[in-house]
Amino acid sequence: MINLLLFLALLLLGYGVGRYLERRHYRSILRREREYGDVLLTTERRPEPDLHLEGCELVVGSVVVSVDYFKRFLAALRNLVGGRMSSYETLLDRGRREAVLRMKRQARERGANMIFNVRFETSSISRDSGSALGSVEVMAYGTATSLRQGEEGVVEV
Amino acid sequence: MLISNLEMVPGHRIVRHLGLVQGSTVRAKHVGRDILASLKNIFGGELSGYTELLQEAREEAVERMKRQAEAVGANAVINVRFSTSSVTQGAAELFAYGTAVVLERRDD
Repeated sequence: MINLLLFLALLLLGYGVGRYLERRHYRSILRREREYGDVLLTTERRPEPDLHLEGCELVVGSVVVSVDYFKRFLAALRNLVGGRMSSYETLLDRGRREAVLRMKRQARERGANMIFNVRFETSSISRDSGSALGSVEVMAYGTATSLRQGEEGVVEV
Repeated sequence: MLISNLEMVPGHRIVRHLGLVQGSTVRAKHVGRDILASLKNIFGGELSGYTELLQEAREEAVERMKRQAEAVGANAVINVRFSTSSVTQGAAELFAYGTAVVLERRDD
């Protein structure tokens, strides 16, 4: 009985607080995406030789995110019937966008306005047994440089 | 020491290739962080303790790679890649590798 109550309490807590935290995180992501909108990202590995680029430095952004108790429960149910797991989709979406923003911030701190060869890597941080899966590390990395404006070869966005 | 994941560095010419350099580190989480993280697991969201831990570890791996590159006389490491794998429970290996090269400024 006590176990059941605890379970329900955790479920409720996870649902309420998790939802609130997720919304807050999304708001913050949207705000910062606007703020860092002028940092250009590309997966291009070889910048055009006629671009005027200054500086060259590796920038990395990473974050470890986890789902809440409620979503983990939903995912366990979803596992029975299969199909789309939207709770994990949002988790990875949040993680990836956050990692990109951190990478952009690092680039901005170094005075760069462009990041070449952006790569992503996702790895699950295993916790306890298989059922506790739910924390993933997402990292984004690339090479930050600054594109000199007002010269030939400037990329149109 | 210039670190980049591009295949070439803008404004520079590669004078010499010195081969693969790598750096790795295996880190375990400590109990305090683990307890905090499992509490946070109820609510979801960022586990900042782990984020920091992995960041530090990655910096360490890059540092080791740099040292190896210095030892072979390089002044840059290009085409850097990262890889993360969990080795055993509660420990992760962070691995960074790239090509050590000698760069020269190109004047044109």
